[in-house]
Amino acid sequence: MIRFAIKRTLQGIPVLIAVSLITFFVMRAAPGGPFDKDKKLPPEILANIEAKYHLDEPLWAQYLNYVGGVLKGDLGPSYKYIGRDVSDIILETFPVSFVLGVCALLVIIGIGIPAGVLSAYRANSFVDTWVIIFATAGISFPSFVLGSMLVLVFSHHLHWLPPALWESPRHVILPALALGAGYAGYIARLTRSTFLEVLSADYIRTARAKGLNDFQVLYKHALKNAISPILSVMGPIAAGVVTGSFIIEFIFSIPGMGSFFITAVSNRDYPLIMGVTLVYSVLIVIANIAVDMAYAWLDPRVNV
Amino acid sequence: MKKVKLFLSKLPLSTKVAGGFIISIIIVSVFAEWLAPFPYDRQDTLNSLASPGYPYWMGTDRLGRDLLSRIIYGARISLFVGVFTTVAALIIGVIYGTISGYVGGRVDSVMMRLVDVIFSLPDLLLIILITVLMGRGLMGIFIALTLVSWVTTARLVRGETLKLKESQFVEASRALGARHLRIMFREILPNLWGILIVTLSFRIPVAILSESTLSFVGLGIAPPYSSWGTLTNEGWLAVKFYPHLIVFPSLAIFITILSFNTLGDGLRDILDPKGKTD
Repeated sequence: MIRFAIKRTLQGIPVLIAVSLITFFVMRAAPGGPFDKDKKLPPEILANIEAKYHLDEPLWAQYLNYVGGVLKGDLGPSYKYIGRDVSDIILETFPVSFVLGVCALLVIIGIGIPAGVLSAYRANSFVDTWVIIFATAGISFPSFVLGSMLVLVFSHHLHWLPPALWESPRHVILPALALGAGYAGYIARLTRSTFLEVLSADYIRTARAKGLNDFQVLYKHALKNAISPILSVMGPIAAGVVTGSFIIEFIFSIPGMGSFFITAVSNRDYPLIMGVTLVYSVLIVIANIAVDMAYAWLDPRVNV
Repeated sequence: MKKVKLFLSKLPLSTKVAGGFIISIIIVSVFAEWLAPFPYDRQDTLNSLASPGYPYWMGTDRLGRDLLSRIIYGARISLFVGVFTTVAALIIGVIYGTISGYVGGRVDSVMMRLVDVIFSLPDLLLIILITVLMGRGLMGIFIALTLVSWVTTARLVRGETLKLKESQFVEASRALGARHLRIMFREILPNLWGILIVTLSFRIPVAILSESTLSFVGLGIAPPYSSWGTLTNEGWLAVKFYPHLIVFPSLAIFITILSFNTLGDGLRDILDPKGKTD
């Protein structure tokens, strides 16, 4: 198992290198620079600033310099937020994004799986139909549309929940729902279809014949066998939650990494863009490794 | 013709309704000049920010422009981006996947390694970066979405090709002296039509979604064009006092994506009963 984890971690390294290369060179190739202002800076001052940030060196030297810094844990200074390091900004904003992501995952698993199980258990019933309708609608709601509709209804009309910011647990509810609902619908449908298959298996009939109650049959016998297909999509879903979070942070004015990413792109704040992109990529790689390991742990037939 | 009729008769009602809706928004967006009640840029400054009613069924925006007309013209951009990026990605993915699967061996593993790398990149971030590089606007979005989304098709097609190339009709064709290109595009490809059509109807909404998401945060389509995403962006600024500005464009996006997904579900049940596509 440990060898497997190490192997998968090593496989993640080329991905991170690819991300850093693409981000670095695409950013530099894009028109506009971090110090373009409405009022043009005098050329001497611009040259001084560029020399300060080593922007006058050849691109490959800048890249190697940057990678060297990253390996030492230094993500460079932010160009826009003068006097602040990218590492500081990320350390400050990452926990916010992380809490949002975890809450969204709770929504996805906590609503998606039970809804799917219920729907399969009562297949073709009234409940089943409504679960399918809600799940299909959830999949088709872009998170930003759902987010703005939730704000409209629950904040502006009903005044139940705050429309923005990040101050109390009540502030987490709407963003987590907006981010998670679509994937919850997807998981519900997937759970339903895998459960329908599992429930017709012989060992389920045996479990029922032994006199186990429905709850034990569903959550002890069926879930263990139906979990693999659900787990296999959790990797991409975790990636979707991670990258989707910046839309939600934008809507709800949440001071997380994602809202910084959008302003950093508009400002051409190269080190901040690189830093945030790398953190996102590391998270996705970790999520995929975690899913693979859970997979191997749950299903002994999977070769690690 | 008879085959088409038989095929249509097998589709469930929900699929037919969804398909009908998609055809009608395509017609509306193509004939926007004739069907929109007002030109999209006509400003009625006396009636700015009017609520839905007569003569502006969906109300007007800050500059007094008719929202219904702007949604009709916006459909043009949103659908254009959705359909054309998906088709372009599909073509690239099919060619790449067929070659990779058919040639096999070292070539296959090198080609698939590239796919793996692109696949594991955070795609929304990649799309944003490419859009910034290409400059905001239709072309940038088009290229960014195509570059990111062809890999899904390439993987699917490669897997199918690997299986099909071992089948007996391919062997028979080879025994008859068919060249590789002929086998790839005349023997293998026709067997993929089913899953490709299903892929198309599942990928178009994803493209529409990505474009509208980018435009919503202000990194997508730039003026003078406006898509449903840019309309929701404008609506979001006034969400508290003029909710109609965000509700109607949001509904347009939601119903369209829902229709494509429903269509895809129905088509998959018939064309791809084993559910290889997603």
